[in-house]
Amino acid sequence: MTETLTDAAPRQLRMRPPRHLVAPRAIWYWTARALAGWIVVLAIEVFYLILASDDGLSSWHVAALVATIVAAAVHLVVMPRWRYRVHRWEATAHAVYTQAGWFSQQRRIAPISRIQTVDTERGPLEQLFGLSNVTVTTASAAGPLKIHGLDRDDAQKLVDELSVAIESTRGDAT
Amino acid sequence: MTVLAPPEGWRRLDPKMLMVHPVREVGRALPVLVGILLAGSGTGRGGLWGLFGTGVMVSIGVLRWFTTTYRVAAEQVQVRRGILRRQVLTVSLDRVRTVDVSASALHRVLGLVRLTVGTGLSDRKSDSALRLDGLSEADAARLRDELMGRRAAEADAAPAEAKPQETDLASLRPSWVAYGPFTLSGVLTVGVILGFAWRVISETHVDPRELGPVTAGYAELLAVPRWLAFVGVPVALLVAVGFASMVGYVLSFWAFRLVRLAGGNLQVSRGLISTRTTTIEERRLRGVELSEPLLLRAVNGARCIAIATGLRVGRGSERGGTLLLPPAPGGEARRVAAAVLGVSEPVTAPLVRHGPRALRRRYTRLLALCVPAIAALLVLWWLAVLPAWAWQASLLVLPLGAAVAYDRYRALGHALVGRVLVASRGSLVRRRYMLACDGIIGWNVNQSFFQRRAGLATLVATTAAGRQQYAVQDVPLDEAVRVADRAVPGLLTPFLVAVSETL
Repeated sequence: MTETLTDAAPRQLRMRPPRHLVAPRAIWYWTARALAGWIVVLAIEVFYLILASDDGLSSWHVAALVATIVAAAVHLVVMPRWRYRVHRWEATAHAVYTQAGWFSQQRRIAPISRIQTVDTERGPLEQLFGLSNVTVTTASAAGPLKIHGLDRDDAQKLVDELSVAIESTRGDAT
Repeated sequence: MTVLAPPEGWRRLDPKMLMVHPVREVGRALPVLVGILLAGSGTGRGGLWGLFGTGVMVSIGVLRWFTTTYRVAAEQVQVRRGILRRQVLTVSLDRVRTVDVSASALHRVLGLVRLTVGTGLSDRKSDSALRLDGLSEADAARLRDELMGRRAAEADAAPAEAKPQETDLASLRPSWVAYGPFTLSGVLTVGVILGFAWRVISETHVDPRELGPVTAGYAELLAVPRWLAFVGVPVALLVAVGFASMVGYVLSFWAFRLVRLAGGNLQVSRGLISTRTTTIEERRLRGVELSEPLLLRAVNGARCIAIATGLRVGRGSERGGTLLLPPAPGGEARRVAAAVLGVSEPVTAPLVRHGPRALRRRYTRLLALCVPAIAALLVLWWLAVLPAWAWQASLLVLPLGAAVAYDRYRALGHALVGRVLVASRGSLVRRRYMLACDGIIGWNVNQSFFQRRAGLATLVATTAAGRQQYAVQDVPLDEAVRVADRAVPGLLTPFLVAVSETL
């Protein structure tokens, strides 16, 4: 009754990534968001350096500052581009499929029939870049599907499509 | 406004509940009262304010009886309550997933119970939970039948049998109490007792050093050889915790009974002094979890937990009412799991192992955790902050961790048995989930950078029941896709492509 690994040999399948990329502007949105975080860290370090400079510049502090700047630069260049290549989404008549992350990646699939809510949200930074994110929740508290960095119009179109698809299914989605 | 007679169709709590709140509030104020009795008025204002507060709470309790009414009408259950802020809670009957009837010692003396309705959504916030505290036993039984029995009654319209047919799935055997010490629940009990003692001491302003027996006992402890004290005190503490665990086991699980009611619903009842009866609707049951904490596993014991929508599993799953079997012999736990599922294969089936890459990952994760810690201790020793034995002792973590890592690998496994997804993981608490595929409402495939390099993935089945997510950890990616595809046919199909042979 139990299946074993060897059963799978004749017909091996692979999960392909979702079809659609998010808006290319998302790269700059992610850069800006990460930059805001790094600026806080750098500000604290510079502030500390100025305070401590009374008793001469400590080489440890300067080294830490330089290391932070290098790490920030690498992160700001690599992360958004890596993210852009990973973040993908696809909605069919029966399921929503998303892929997100960069270093750690998640693929999430939810059948349309189990979707409970579809929300769209725009933070201040996202508004600046004309972006929108869509959150699809199911009855499970684990793992809502989030699509970040969608073009505003695309997001609205997706929400409308999903709303229509959900209306045609019935049940309490548990 | 009529005060005593509830409006048409609405029902009230039992008048005897007027006794519950005053007595409970007095009980809560007991340390203060003891303080006043023992130390005279020496406690000053604080104690008096405490008493005043108690008085206020008593009055609120009395008002609560006047303001709380409930009714079952038009496919809905409604509760009206609140003194200053009136609230009407309405739950549609087909959203009722569980009914929980519990009674504290005080409730039982008065013949009262507290009834809680689990709806899956509202129970996330305890504030909005549908709860009626202070129903008579007869009223509660009637309400429970109205809430849960309805569909069962619809199913067999012919009232052939006046008495419903129940199947006994499990009941407590006194010998199971021996598993009590291996649950370590006594640690909490001993803590609570010490806490209460400390509070009494601080309220009465008695210096324990001035008490005769304490001083004498301390002097005796100093008199015995040092090694004996070093061995004796932990042993005494261990015995105390073990004893408290056994007492706790008896208090919580005495008269434990798991029955399948006539309509198919499961009913768990237990408790020596405080009692609790949970009814789980059958169609909300999505599976069973077998859990074996390390100590319990050492004596071949296990627990059974229900995976049901509307019943969350969290810290202290006993509190959540999801427990299907208290710590008991492993064989018994597996028998109960099979009986609840209705099939025995998911419980007994051998699992597919996750292979050498998963094993390697267990060890690398151990090293990633331990090596930086040991390195930090080494640096601190080098900087002359810590003595050398600190990092030398920390090396002991490596063999211990390796043992845990290997045990974690041995626990890993999964299988698809019929329409049930079975997954197992964990060393300190080994769990075997048996989740009905119908309850799976989505998949998450998580891969860290290192998992991608090893070709592994953590496949997470999301569900509205129990823990909300059940993971198959570090399974080869192609196997994860295969399992997900077979467990929920059709869902993944549009996103799958065949692997070409040349790759």
